[in-house]
Amino acid sequence: MFYRENGQFKTSYRADQQIFPIAQDRIAILALIAVAFVAVPLLADEYLMRAIFIPFLILALAALGLNILVGYCGQISLGTGAFMAVGAYAAYNFTVRIDGMPLIVALLLGGLCAAVVGVLFGIPSLRIKGLYLAVATLAAQFFCDWAFLRIKWFTNDSASGSVNVSNLSVFGWTIDTPYDKYLFCLGVVTVFALLAKNLVRSHVGREWMAIRDMDVAAAVIGIRPVYAKLTAFAVSSFIVGVAGALWGFVHLGAWEPAAFSIDRSFQLLFMIIIGGLGSIMGSFFGAAFIVVLPIFLNQALPALGSLVGLNIGTAFVSHAEFMIFGALIVFFLIVEPHGLARLWSIGKEKLRLWPFPH
Amino acid sequence: MKLKSLSIAAMLAAAGLASVATTAFAQAKEQFFPVLSYRTGAYAPNGVPWANGYVDYLKLTNARGGVNGVKLSFEECETGYATDRGVECYERLKGKNGGATVFHPLSTGITFALTEKAPGDKIPIITAGYGRSESTDGNVFKWNFPLTGTYWDAADILLQHISKKEGGWDKLKGKKIALIYHDSPYGKEPIPLLVERSKMHGFDLAQIPVTHPGVEQKAAWLQIRQNRPDYVLLWGWGVMNSTSLKEAVATGYPRDKMYGVWWAAAEPDVKDVGDGAKGYNGLALQHGAEPNAAVVKEVLTKLHGKGQGTGPKEEVGSVLYMRGLSQAMLGVEGVRRAQERYGKGKVMTGEQTRWGLENLALDQKKLDALGFAGVMRPISTSCADHRGATWARVHTWDGAKWNFSSDWYEADQAVIKPMIKAAADKYAAEKKIERRTPADCQS
Repeated sequence: MFYRENGQFKTSYRADQQIFPIAQDRIAILALIAVAFVAVPLLADEYLMRAIFIPFLILALAALGLNILVGYCGQISLGTGAFMAVGAYAAYNFTVRIDGMPLIVALLLGGLCAAVVGVLFGIPSLRIKGLYLAVATLAAQFFCDWAFLRIKWFTNDSASGSVNVSNLSVFGWTIDTPYDKYLFCLGVVTVFALLAKNLVRSHVGREWMAIRDMDVAAAVIGIRPVYAKLTAFAVSSFIVGVAGALWGFVHLGAWEPAAFSIDRSFQLLFMIIIGGLGSIMGSFFGAAFIVVLPIFLNQALPALGSLVGLNIGTAFVSHAEFMIFGALIVFFLIVEPHGLARLWSIGKEKLRLWPFPH
Repeated sequence: MKLKSLSIAAMLAAAGLASVATTAFAQAKEQFFPVLSYRTGAYAPNGVPWANGYVDYLKLTNARGGVNGVKLSFEECETGYATDRGVECYERLKGKNGGATVFHPLSTGITFALTEKAPGDKIPIITAGYGRSESTDGNVFKWNFPLTGTYWDAADILLQHISKKEGGWDKLKGKKIALIYHDSPYGKEPIPLLVERSKMHGFDLAQIPVTHPGVEQKAAWLQIRQNRPDYVLLWGWGVMNSTSLKEAVATGYPRDKMYGVWWAAAEPDVKDVGDGAKGYNGLALQHGAEPNAAVVKEVLTKLHGKGQGTGPKEEVGSVLYMRGLSQAMLGVEGVRRAQERYGKGKVMTGEQTRWGLENLALDQKKLDALGFAGVMRPISTSCADHRGATWARVHTWDGAKWNFSSDWYEADQAVIKPMIKAAADKYAAEKKIERRTPADCQS
């Protein structure tokens, strides 16, 4: 009833090509951003901030980066954890080795280093495809794990291999409380999501999608596979690298390579598969599902147990969490193989016709 | 329709959760002890007895009437030994039930992450027998308490024992010592000391990492087979320890030349290996298995006798159970000490508990009264020394139980102290924090 584009006439190509052509969508998204920037910091407590919102935002950013590579360009990668690690350690090294390095510059430089490494490990994609490429990108994961564990220089000769950062500040704004951290992450994520959305609508994004859908046909109509694949690797790794740097700097504060292990790569891959391949929105859905659900289950199960008079131990909760989580993944993949983002757009379609579906 | 019923179910679940949460907050004011534990995953065999001992001591304190009448409350959170999950647990528990008293992360990785957070939240962190070695320096690490010893102390004591066996430090020259370590901050901690000592005494140190979780060690033991080191130091945790011992059996490396750190010398590590582990040595962090200690008997009668014990009855008195028990005792005694200054019978904040831990003075008489005679040695901390004691012994597995096989050792502070100072200074410089002033020490 309310969600309908009737009467919204476009008189220019510009108006027709904007990200959200429907006015209601624009209002909803702006409202969502406003809620995220204003209402959430006012309402959420410190625990929600630190344990849920900040990890969600950072992992959503990483999933967004991976989605560009896997969802838009069709190149499966299992090296996401490695690119996050490169971003985090590079940013760390720029911060400790150059005095007075601004945080944002360090983050971006970390992203750039990750982009370089990403392109390097993306070169095999020119010759191999599909699952074979996934195996090849595993090399990045193992190599980076090895490098950050073994090469002392990267960790500034820290005896235990664990590095830490603190005293973050941007233009005199000290990022100290969880609220500051949340707002900072939210700012970064918003900017990158906007950039990514525009990028995938541009000619570069269309080249990626052409390569994904059929690389031979794409080459025939004049798209250079080398250029398209390597730019996808570069952009994806850049975003993933920035997310990695945020994960280390803002969320953990102190980290070791285990924070960016192969598990992280799989986790991110699951996020975009569940959230929806080839969808910016899907990255956020997937991240929310994977970050929030285990924590919710972990807290809800003992509470539900005590409601019916059962005392559930932490070991049982942790096992049950895995089982329910796994079952839900299977459930969602069966019900909607194209991910939560597809469910979302189906919902929107239905809403357009509501309340008169015929 | 389907969506509707789903959403109704979700709402009901959320409402139920909210109501439970409010009842939890309505409880009386008690001293809250968060418990970060791991009862699942690759480290569960070792994590479970520790957690049971820890929780049992809190229950026992309540059965004894609390700390000057203040009852303890506690809540467990499963970390799975993962840093990000540990941080989440910390955030979840730190503000609950009137605020957390003290955290025992039981993971060096989590310790590193919490070290950055504790000063802001004003909650002390006890890392008894693990954590950052340089956090001994309380002038820089105000909130960290590596009570009873660090990995540098452990490595030093193991080398002292080996040199004694060989007949003096000079006899170590040209010997080959291999360190098989868990490839994490935990396993890497002892390396600086071992390197320092190898320079001093001229022995050859081989560093052999084993990746998490440590079930795949063929490559590591191939190196042992090739190099034939005179001694192997084992810095493992969880399934890695028993795997190492099985590999040693397969390689034919003599178990009596193997020395584990105090986290690699408990029953779960050797039990599966059975006779194969006979002769294997490990450090005992003050206590070993203490089935006859007074506190153990008290746990058996007051808790297990009434069906309130946390784990299986047979576990009470085993090495890691005792470690959980005595580490809980250190936290509880920190609260008791703080009450002496800030008011007996009151609930202490994290900040007040920190003072108590920094001024801990547990003499033998107090320990005996707590039932820890023969389990713990006196420990006293100060501003400059957040560690309190560095006593340890070596114990050996005879196929059925752990027996002490050495005298008491104390780590050589002539070697360790300069290293602590240098590392703490480096940390302070990186973080741009000042050393605490003497006036701050009194506060």
